[in-house]
Amino acid sequence: MKALVASLAVVVSLFSPPAFAVLGGDAASVDADRAQMKGSGELKQASTYTLHQLTGPSGTVVREYVSPAGKVFAVAWQGPFFPDMQQLLGSYFDQYSAAVTANKEAHLGRHPLNLQLPGLVVQTNGYMRAFHFRAYIPQQVPTGVKEEELR
Amino acid sequence: MRKATERAISHGLAAVTVLSVFGLLAACGGGGNSSSSPPPPTGNNVQALSVNGGPAPGVNYADAAFTSVTVCVPGSSTCATVDGVLVDTGSVGLRLLASAIPSLALPELSGSGGTTFYNCVNFVDGTYLWGPVAQADIEMAGEKASTASLQLIENPTGFSVPTACSQGGINLDTLNDLGANGILGVGSYPQDCGSACQNSTSPDVYFTCGPGGPCSSQTISVSQQVVNPVVGFTTDNNGVVIEMQSVDGEAASASGSMIFGIGTQSNNMLGSATIYPINGNGFFTTTFNSQALTESFIDSGSNGYFFPDSSITQCAQNSIAPGFYCPSSTLNLSAQNAAQGGSQKTVNFSVDDAVNDFNNFGSDSAFANLAGPNGSTNCGSGTACGFDWGLPFFFGRNVYVSIDGQSVPSGAPAAPWWAY
Repeated sequence: MKALVASLAVVVSLFSPPAFAVLGGDAASVDADRAQMKGSGELKQASTYTLHQLTGPSGTVVREYVSPAGKVFAVAWQGPFFPDMQQLLGSYFDQYSAAVTANKEAHLGRHPLNLQLPGLVVQTNGYMRAFHFRAYIPQQVPTGVKEEELR
Repeated sequence: MRKATERAISHGLAAVTVLSVFGLLAACGGGGNSSSSPPPPTGNNVQALSVNGGPAPGVNYADAAFTSVTVCVPGSSTCATVDGVLVDTGSVGLRLLASAIPSLALPELSGSGGTTFYNCVNFVDGTYLWGPVAQADIEMAGEKASTASLQLIENPTGFSVPTACSQGGINLDTLNDLGANGILGVGSYPQDCGSACQNSTSPDVYFTCGPGGPCSSQTISVSQQVVNPVVGFTTDNNGVVIEMQSVDGEAASASGSMIFGIGTQSNNMLGSATIYPINGNGFFTTTFNSQALTESFIDSGSNGYFFPDSSITQCAQNSIAPGFYCPSSTLNLSAQNAAQGGSQKTVNFSVDDAVNDFNNFGSDSAFANLAGPNGSTNCGSGTACGFDWGLPFFFGRNVYVSIDGQSVPSGAPAAPWWAY
């Protein structure tokens, strides 16, 4: 596990607003993000995946996980306010939205989400002003990467 | 879309009705017990609570605590009292269905150019609330928050809720969808947004809209934001104590009190309660199954214990209790919460088969052993896992919720923290 963490290429930016890469999108959107991040710290190493971390002015931190094949296979965010979910989830947004609706209809009362959908997993935790969200494409998660690393 | 939603909810109601019949039969067999409890506290800062299924006709909202709130046109005696308001330590601000106060015209708050401020709140399950910011004198027990901002939950006319608010979620804009006439957020922050919304339009919390749209996010001063009503009280304004009776298994209802203030009167002293500091991200650490769940929290607005444990069977998605645990027999578990000073305090709790609970006790509203999953189950260092201590945790306890930035009793650390 330690070796894996050490092998990550981490890109951190405090610039805003983040133009997110999109879940399921390719590296081009990430490159576009990177071009926006003048002066951002960047550490490149051989990696199982590349982690891009962006902090917006709202205080919410967005993390994007890119596979060696250049695909965004997971997105996560943590903080007080929702980021633009449509932009973040891209073509998976409608599937997410339908599942949220179905979940609500099945269950009166508030609880964290754990949506195990075909080709998409969405999990949430937290409460107002303290959220954590993760979405990933199980089939595209690189071998050896564990769900709990995607945060 | 809307039609489909309503149809599905109708099915849900039918199911609840059937369950209620079973529940009555079960009650004849003697199912359902509630423990005795000490007499409720008294005082001008004591607000009665009830876990009673809520105000929505034909809907039994399990493990949710309700109260009544009086709102008045500021500075007047023109008021309305709304019952069936969910008491939520996991959010901030009063939010009332506009349809619950049809005859009370509260003044709406205007931004630059005289246009109404709209407020948006998103919840962890993807649901959201939208509506204009209004101002009212908010009264509970003997306390009053004068000219306080609140949200009126109301679908817009002439335009749609912006996607920056809806975020793919579902609008709880009706009594049946919300299961309540409103939400009373008495959590650990003074406003629903704070300085972030004063300094930036990046949080999509406050909007102004053209008559036919579109809406755009706006900055708003902290003092104009939807406020934790407790902060607006002239006294007893540093937090709340929620005291619920204990529940042994399940009960038709459960009663309790919300006491305003912490250490401000003889009925809200900390006494021997232990303090659990809340970190900068809004969480504390719960250790469960030898794993540190670093994003844990206490939330009366969650209707169960929600925690990661892959060894517990989850109820079927097509059952009457999706999202809950369904172990084959009741599990007796424990976890440790990180207290002030680094000590760990054990909490014992039990997990029932939620489908059995709802089937056998369909007319009951208070369930001590309702629980469900929460995210990943491998929660080692550097991962993001949490234990959501929902309403069952409050049964048989006095839970203190202090508010960020407010005073604290002598000797206590700076807010925010929980104590119990």
